[in-house]
Amino acid sequence: MSAATGTAPAPRARAAERAQGWALRAPLLPALVFTVVVTQLPFLVTVFYSLQSWNLLRPGSRTFVGPANYLAVFTDAQFLGAASNTVLFTAACVLVSMALGVGLAMLLDRRFPGRGVVRTLLITPFLIIPVATALLWKTTMFDPVFGLVGFVLTPFGLGDVDWVSQYPLVSVVTAMVWQWTPFMMLLVLAGLQSQGRDVIEAGQVDGASRWQMFVGITLPHLRRYIELGVLLGSIYVVNTFDTIYMMTQGGPGTASANLPFYIYQRTFLGFDIGQSAAMGVVVVVGTIIVATLALRLIFRSFMSAQEGIS
Amino acid sequence: MTAEALVKPDAAAPRATRAPAPPTARPRRRGAVGAAALTTATWAIALVFVSPALWLALTAFKQEGDAATDPPKLFFEPTLDQFRTVLASDFLPYLGNSLTATLLSTLLVLLLGVPAAYALSIRPVRRTQDVLFFFISTKMLPVVAVVVPLYVAAARLSMLDNIWTLVVLYTAMNLPIAVWMLRSFFLEVPRSIIEAASMEGAGLPRVLWSVMLPVMAPGVAATALICMIFSWNEFFLAVNLTASQAATVPVFMVGFITSEGLFWAQLAAAATLASLPIVVIGWTAQRQLVRGLSMGAVK
Repeated sequence: MSAATGTAPAPRARAAERAQGWALRAPLLPALVFTVVVTQLPFLVTVFYSLQSWNLLRPGSRTFVGPANYLAVFTDAQFLGAASNTVLFTAACVLVSMALGVGLAMLLDRRFPGRGVVRTLLITPFLIIPVATALLWKTTMFDPVFGLVGFVLTPFGLGDVDWVSQYPLVSVVTAMVWQWTPFMMLLVLAGLQSQGRDVIEAGQVDGASRWQMFVGITLPHLRRYIELGVLLGSIYVVNTFDTIYMMTQGGPGTASANLPFYIYQRTFLGFDIGQSAAMGVVVVVGTIIVATLALRLIFRSFMSAQEGIS
Repeated sequence: MTAEALVKPDAAAPRATRAPAPPTARPRRRGAVGAAALTTATWAIALVFVSPALWLALTAFKQEGDAATDPPKLFFEPTLDQFRTVLASDFLPYLGNSLTATLLSTLLVLLLGVPAAYALSIRPVRRTQDVLFFFISTKMLPVVAVVVPLYVAAARLSMLDNIWTLVVLYTAMNLPIAVWMLRSFFLEVPRSIIEAASMEGAGLPRVLWSVMLPVMAPGVAATALICMIFSWNEFFLAVNLTASQAATVPVFMVGFITSEGLFWAQLAAAATLASLPIVVIGWTAQRQLVRGLSMGAVK
């Protein structure tokens, strides 16, 4: 906020300030221009396409149809199903992996033999290529005959369940939770380790119970890290495509399709450019509404904390 | 149980010096037995959690006959046959494409992101928050919403199945997060260093290169690591915008999608090879990983 200095400066000083302002801004421009060109322009084109009836399989079919595509989107039961699946996947994956992440981080936040090895093991699922994770769960884990999950659950009478076909949503969420739990764990662990010992000792002196201390001291301290994990996790999980593509292909039918997968089907298997563009726009508007609400909350606490560091 | 971990005195050892436990503190040493039990439980939970990955690595060393069995085989005669088969197939071109896309896009992210983050941190640009907000908001833009125009544009420019298309898109994909991370690392550099350098008349490139970068090296490494993970693992754009020439490792894995219990060992070997570069980098740079993931909020 260098320009906002008290009394009105002389004209020459103002011009110099403006020149300096541009010099300060110059390093920012390449990144800004690049981002606008690669992400914002295509989106404007998407909006343009969404107002047209255009199927690549019917050459010459391209006509301007106005909002017709949008009306079709909102009456498309499969689209609505995919939308609710997206919400379900995201909420379930982020919440469960955060809960597990907090638990694992608490276990790791003490010194014990092999702590480094355990942490290294635990972060591995996050590093494995997600398409491989999806295939791993689909085959060696969830296979009804040879799968490890069926083998382990046989004593409980669940040995013959064909998880991916019978419970596609549970299967997909399991693979996603396995992949994202280490991410949450690392963030929470970092939060735990930045916690001041003096506060905890003060709590001990006051005779607070462990549970009281966890709820009253640790959780509030972790709040920023949990919010950050939820935010970043949601950004990536909402866009999950690989897990569904590899595990279920959105099936059976469209039971496990989320929005990215459904729009992909309409675009690259149906070649319905106008329709899928309209869906894309609807998804963006929906995301913006949810994200602005969430982001405003988190952005504030995160930014203020960051400025505090500097 | 877990709360005990927080208040165990020995956990505080590597941190700030602490006063001896005040006499009023409740006696909470349950002795070594409790600690050992908690350690055992931690190990057991960790092993169960990571067992799918261990099983994957194990399966990669099996013959196909040992891979899909009921009950599953834990002991078998290990073999490298599956790795040989994968490497003898057309895996290496995919690996090359992944390396190109990952390294070039990460380099581009740093080239664009470092100056931008500098401008957003060292000397406050007006509307800094708006610009940061804009960057992060582009991450909210679902890729599916822009893939149609990207596909059409790439087709018109004859850039389909071209590795540079992926390089450019991965750069755009990672740039917002990178700017955030890098900015938070820049904020930690003492201003006096920069001011001293500027006073001596060093230009921006020199200030960045010889004054800032040495201080920021760990932060830049953390940022690069995160960018590499996301680029290496990216699948949606790769599968839709490439075919035979520019396809990356995740696309190679699609070939195993229909292996109905027939080629599990080979699948496991391919998955192991495909993941190995990132797994090894992530293991060795855990500290950077944490710093990067927390956007520099964690020292």
